[in-house]
Order: sequence, then C-alpha cells, then structure tokens
Amino acid sequence: MTAVPRAHDHPDVALRAEALESLLLERGLIDPKVVDGLISRYENDVGPMNGARVIAKAWTDADYRQRLLEDGTAAIGELGYSGPQGEHIEVLENSGQVHNVVVCTLCSCYPWPVLGLPPSWYKDPAYRARIVREPRQVLADMGLELDDDVEIRVWDSSSEVRYLVLPERPDGTADLAEEELAALVTRDAMVGVARVTAP
Amino acid sequence: MVFDAPWESRLFGVTMALVEAERFPWSEFQQRLIAAVGRWEADHPGGEGYRYYERWAEALESLLADLGIVAIEATDARVLALAARPAGHDHPDHHDHLDQRGHDRRGHDHHEPGPAAHDGP
Repeated sequence: MTAVPRAHDHPDVALRAEALESLLLERGLIDPKVVDGLISRYENDVGPMNGARVIAKAWTDADYRQRLLEDGTAAIGELGYSGPQGEHIEVLENSGQVHNVVVCTLCSCYPWPVLGLPPSWYKDPAYRARIVREPRQVLADMGLELDDDVEIRVWDSSSEVRYLVLPERPDGTADLAEEELAALVTRDAMVGVARVTAP
Repeated sequence: MVFDAPWESRLFGVTMALVEAERFPWSEFQQRLIAAVGRWEADHPGGEGYRYYERWAEALESLLADLGIVAIEATDARVLALAARPAGHDHPDHHDHLDQRGHDRRGHDHHEPGPAAHDGP
C-alpha cells in the first residue's frame, strides 16, 4: 500500500517541507551542510551556461560536433559536465529542414548537468500536453515561428534518456570566438523553443 | 530564478541529499513524482493552479513514509508544532531578533514548539 500524504489537509506546503526537513535533521538522516551545498550548486554552478559551452564548441570544432552527436554523454563529459540526470544525454541537431523540441510529458526530466533545473513553463501541464498535440502553434505562441516546410520533431524525455538540442549557428557569427558564441546560446534554444540569434 | 520560494530550494536540497546518502535511488523518487503529478492532473483536467514543488513534496513524503523513514503522522504532528510557534517566530535559528513591534524577544516566555527545526547539532 502506498501512503498518500495529506498535503491538502495542510495547505501550507512550506510548513510541511520544513517539518519534514526538521525530522530528517533530528534523526541524523541529512547533513545541513550537504543540503546547503546542493542548493547552492544548482542555484549558482549548474545551469545553461554549461550547455552553451558545449554548443559553442560544437559550432567551432567539427570533430567535437561529431563526437557530441554520436555520444552526447561522453562528449559533454569531456568539458567536465556530468552528474545526476546526465547519465544518458542525446544531442539533437537542428537544421533548416528539421527542428527538434524537448518535453517531459510525465513530469520534469531534463539534462541537469548542461541546463540546470528546468524552468516553470517546462514543468507546466499546459506545455507538457500541448507541445505534443500542436507543436507548431505552441512554438509560435512562445515566439518561434517556423516555416511550414520545416519538420518539427518532439522528443519526450524519459527516466533513461535526456535530450539537448544543438541549435543552428546564426548567420553573421563567423568572426566570433567560441566564448562569444557561448554567450549567445540560450536555455530556450537548447530546449528547442527558440532560435539563437546573432548579436 | 531556479526556485520560486525558499522552501522549494530546501525541499530540493533535502531530496538530493537523501539520494546522495543512498537512502533511496533517484529513480524511485522519480516514480513517486510521476505518480503525484499524474494524480493531480487527473483531478485538475484544466491544469490550473499547478505547483510543481507541491507535487514534489507529496512524492517525497509518500516515499519516506513507505520506506519507514518518516511516517506521515510524524510530519502531521511536526506541522502542528511548527504552526503553533508564536507569530513572527518563523526563524528558529535567530532567537535574538526583534519581533514586529521592535521588542526584543529575549526574556519573553519562550514557548518551544517541540524540537527546534534548525537547532540540532
């Protein structure tokens, strides 16, 4: 039998979370320093800037790009990014013909080591349901108009596989260095709901 | 902003600390999260008012209860104790702060709501 918490009896979920933490702490099951460190890590150190470095390197290094498309996890690991939710990352290449976009229909699966924790809209029931049913419309609503002849592929993340979109390198960026390119790459572009635009 | 509220970040950190300490594998928590999200969505077809970390809290509570780590009743009791704290007394680790009227709380009749949340060793 599965116990279903009565969170609805106590609408203040913040209080329930605090209660749970205090009990775990008392029983020596969590170390507050570890908890603080994990929060700080995901608030400050793990985020889309990591993925942006991966994308910029793929744009400027053809061999790396090929390794990235063949084995995303290993190529991402080359730059030092690994950890929870990054055990199996597949990289999806956008082109003028194919546009990839990522969702997790069941909950919130997301490639943490390269993108950090997912934004609210990614976890929202509306995005999770609609992007599968009417991707072109949802992308347009989010500001990304795609030509009718562009094929849209929607990838549903699972507990096994996480996806990272390799966006198209924008025109007019031939002179930019890898670091400058990385600064252009956004989280939304790596989920597939935006393009990367030249500065 | 990664988290919308401080309690969300605490809950996330606590969950990941438990995973790191191998109290349960992430996959087991994830199954609970999927179930909690699914239950909520079945009850709210319009999807209005969804709060992701509320489902996360539900998932963690149910997992800890079924693993025999923290019973739901224990959390219920602690919630009541925490809720009974005097108004403005929501920072148990800063006992010497001033309350809203500017009075120093030290020396007041200090009502301890059971074991304090953050005063452990």
